[in-house]
Parts: sequence; structure tokens; C-alpha cells
Amino acid sequence: MNGPDAVVAVRAPDDAPLEEDFEVALQRQSPWRMTLKRLLRHRLFLMGLGLCSIILVAGVLAQVIAQTDPTRLAMRWRFRAPGQDGFIFGTDNFGRSLWSRVVWGAQLSLYIGFSVVALNAVFGTLIGATAGYFRRFDNALMRVNDAMMAFPAILLAIAITAVLGASTFNAILALSIVYIPRTARIVRASVIVLREMEYVQAAVAAGAGHWRILRHHILPNAMAPLIVQLSFLFAYAVLSEATLSFLGLGAVPPTPTWGNIMAEGRQYLVEAPWIITIPGIALMITVMGLNLLGDGLRDVLDPRLRIQQ
Amino acid sequence: MWGVVLRSIMGAIPVLLIVSLITFGLMRLIPGDPAAAIAGLTATAEQLEQLRQDLGLNEPFVVQLAKWYGGLIQGDLGRSILMGQDVLEVTLIRLPVTIALSLYALVLTLVLGLTSGIIAALRQNTVVDQLTMVMAMIGISVPNFFLGLLMILLFAVYLGWLPTGGYIPLWDDPIGWLRTSTMPALSLALLQMGLLARITRSTMLEVLRQDYIRTARAKGLPRRLVVVKHALTNALIPITTVVGIIISLSISGAVVTESLFSIPGMGQLLTQAVLNRDYPMVQGGLLLTTAFLVMVNILVDIAYAILDPRVRYERS
Repeated sequence: MNGPDAVVAVRAPDDAPLEEDFEVALQRQSPWRMTLKRLLRHRLFLMGLGLCSIILVAGVLAQVIAQTDPTRLAMRWRFRAPGQDGFIFGTDNFGRSLWSRVVWGAQLSLYIGFSVVALNAVFGTLIGATAGYFRRFDNALMRVNDAMMAFPAILLAIAITAVLGASTFNAILALSIVYIPRTARIVRASVIVLREMEYVQAAVAAGAGHWRILRHHILPNAMAPLIVQLSFLFAYAVLSEATLSFLGLGAVPPTPTWGNIMAEGRQYLVEAPWIITIPGIALMITVMGLNLLGDGLRDVLDPRLRIQQ
Repeated sequence: MWGVVLRSIMGAIPVLLIVSLITFGLMRLIPGDPAAAIAGLTATAEQLEQLRQDLGLNEPFVVQLAKWYGGLIQGDLGRSILMGQDVLEVTLIRLPVTIALSLYALVLTLVLGLTSGIIAALRQNTVVDQLTMVMAMIGISVPNFFLGLLMILLFAVYLGWLPTGGYIPLWDDPIGWLRTSTMPALSLALLQMGLLARITRSTMLEVLRQDYIRTARAKGLPRRLVVVKHALTNALIPITTVVGIIISLSISGAVVTESLFSIPGMGQLLTQAVLNRDYPMVQGGLLLTTAFLVMVNILVDIAYAILDPRVRYERS
């Protein structure tokens, strides 16, 4: 994944900001550093990074910063408002600390999001690259792909979890199955463009094998749109998981997820509105942070996509 | 023109065939005995056997598959275990409720999303533009059920302007329908509004940069005329393709919105079917909803070809 073509994607040359490229060419910087520099100048990207860091820190350090067991019942501390009796975010109908529940919920959301993104990166690339590069598989693979994409995303995820049963693992599986076709399509689109490029033809002429061409010449250049897609996908995955568990189809209570905390808090909307508001805001921060990250990555890595989104 | 129509219909056929095959296969993925999963722990051996008979689970796989497609051709999608009614019949009662809600959301999306996108593009890089884009960003980041809950809290509980849930059919009482549907439609529409505002803005900016816009301005046409007649009509073409996505998002979103506001549509039906392991209902509902969306997309394709003569030339 290095060399001058590693990061700057399949974009038309006239899209590139000229002065920046000259400047960079003169300084002979690595494309990674160049991209990083541009990202750090993108204000909305930095905002997204900030928002995501809050959730990431909370999720990673859950064991340290929320030592109260998120599932411990304490009926005499029911419905404490945020800040009351030392409960930062208050308590729910069972007297469980919402701080603990929301922080542990963050960990679970991140775990599910990362898992879905990782599965998409692997299988989306595999399917997309196969269809785009080996054209004789294209028709069959893309027909199935189109059919999978014809299902409304959440409905298919719900149907799959209905069949497999509600659990964290099945939610990851269902969301991956739903989103992999979308990722595969994006990878395929860039691979189709790249395989016709002259430098790929040159590699073929030089006797490079399929594996080498894919690994060294095509996939590194197809990374930019994939990375952009994956950052948005992370947002969808977190949001869809929350929706599934709000409907009772995600991780099984008492395991706290933002979705099932809100589902339980629904009954106490009037007496204890903080039970739904706090996980709701956490969810919003995550999704917004990831969307901003995705926008920033798209602007910097792949300006052509700006119109389509 | 007819080439486009034919092509989009022909393109949809393999999609529908595979969709129905996946839907059929889905129920065969139930780990263990589906009859036991449906009937629960208390079922007797006879009840289980009866259920297996009813669902045709004792027959060879190929026979099951043939029966499934045979049923589809005759409009027979099986019987709901929970309600004892024909799946197609129940769906035909519930789907219009969801479609009405989605159309309401679509109207809100088009009116508010388009206007804010256009205004943002015309006032590029001003406070108005930035504010609109921040709102759009919030729109695409707030989960619709969270927004729904907040609206219930504000408009129903604190202000008491609207009912917390329930549903009055449009043809019984239009005002009542508006009162029960406005919050769900708004909570459904916000995501799409944000998406549409962002797309409209970038498409408009793209179009406004074109030479013919400059020519139109240079020959002295008023700005308003140029924006509406020259820019907007051309910007609308790519935006039509988004309508299919918007309707799909509305139907997806309806699943949770309908459960939240107790609206007896497809979404609520499917959620209940899923929670009660009513597999024939899940299967049929999923298939019919997807088939409906495939039809919507055919219409969008045709509309696209009508609006943009270039598509007609290129494809024929």
C-alpha cells in the first residue's frame, strides 16, 4: 500500500487542487502525509474526529470510568435525575446507573460497528473485486447483489434476526449481510475503471499475474472510495443496531445497548425523560461524528463523490 | 421511450426472482425445527406435526420451492400463523397505511428539502447556507425513533397539541389523519430532508456553474427566471433518481416509527410478526414490500427517461 498511487484515488486529474499538488510534488512528501495534512485542515473532519473521540474514549475505557455494574439493580435509587445523589446521568426504573449503562452501551455499539465494518471491508472487497476484475462472474454476482439491495435495509436485517434469533452476534451478522452488497458495488465500480487503465495494461503486458495486479495495482487505488463508504457504513451500522435493539431484536437485556435503554425508557417518558434523552444524544453524537468524518474523508480522498452523496 | 420502459421492466424480473428465492431460503435458515421455534416449548407432538403439515415442512425441498413459486403466481403467500388470515389479504389492508404515511413524508421532504437546498446553493458560503447545512447534518444524524420520542414529549405531553399515537384513516377523517400522521411523517422525513437538501445544494451549485446559465444571465434575463427555468429544471433531473431511495428509506423507517406511534401499517405488522415468530407473515411481508419498492424504482427510471432526453438517446 505505498507508492505514489496509494492514496490519491481514481479521480479525474482536473479535480485536484493544482497548487497543492505542485507544492507536494516539490517537497516529495509521502501520499499518506499529504492526505493527513489535508484532513487536518478540514474543519468539519476535525469536528467529526472530536465527536467520535468522545465516544471512543468512553467505549474503550468503560471498565475504568464506569465501575458500577450497568446491570446492578438498586430499587431504592430508582428514577434519580441526572446529578442527583451522585448519579451523573441519573438512574432508570430499576435504579441502574445510566452513566454505566450508556458508557457500556458505547462499548457495545463500537464493537458492533467495528465488526460490521471489518466484515464489509473483507467480503465487500472480495465480492466487488471478483465481479469487477473477473468479468465472467460479474453478471451472476451483481444480479444477486442487486436483489439484496432491493430489500429495504432495516426490513431485511429484521427478517434475518427474526430467523436467527436476537443476539449481539446475530445483529452483526444481519447488518453485515445487508450492507456487504452495497460495499461490493462500490468496490466493483472502482475496479472496473481501474482495470482498463494503461498502467494496468502495462502490468499485464509485463507478465504480472491476476493476484499481483489486483493486490499491487488495482486494490490500493480502489481504497479511497472504500474508506469513505466504510466510514458512512459505521454510522449506518450503529444506527441500525440501535433500531434493532429498540425493537427488541438486538442484544438481549439486561445487556445495555443504546437502543434497548431507550426502549425501556419509553414507558417512563414523562417521569424520567433522561432515560431516553441521554442514550439518544450519545447515539446522535456518534452518528454525526461518523458522518462528518465520512464527509471529510470524501472531500479529501475522492472529490468526485461529492455530488453523488 | 418504450425501450426504456421495457428495459426497466425486464431488468426488474431477475431481481424479483432472486428476491423471492432469498425470501424463501430465509425461512429455511431457522436453526433446528422451524415448527418447534414457532409453536414454542409448550406444544405437543401432535401440534408440531400439524404445524409441519400446514407449512409444508415435511415435503422435499424441491417440492416446497415449487409450491412457493406456484403460490406466488396465484397470489397465495401462505397464511399468517398469528392472525390466521391470508398474508396477501392482511398486507393489502396494511400497506396503504404505510404508503399514505410515506407519501406524506415524501411531500414534506420534497417541499422542505428542495427549498432549503436551493436556498443554500443560491446563498453559497453565507450564514444561511451554513445554517441549512448544519440542520441537514443534524437531520441525517438523529435516529428517527429518538426524534419521534422527543416530539411526543414536546407536542403531545408538554404542549398537548397532538395525540401521542394512534391512527385515523385518511378517508374517515382527513383532519384526524393529519393530527395522527404529522409527527410520524416528520420524524420519518427528517433524514430524507437532510439528504435531499445536501444533494439539491451540490447539484444546484454544479448547474449554476454551467456556461448556459452565464449566457442566460448575460443576455439580461432576470435572476429569478434563470434560477427557476434554467437551473432548477436541469438540477431536478438527477434529483428524481433520489426519489426511489427516499421512498425506500421511508418504508424502512416506517418499521420503527409505526411501532412508536401505534400506527397499524406494514411496519407494525412486520415487527409484531417478527416478535411472535409468525414466519409466513415475515416472509410474505418482506417480499411484498420489496416488490412494491422495485415497482417504484421502475417508475422512477421511466420518469427519469421522460425528464432527460439524453437518457433516451443513450439507452436506445
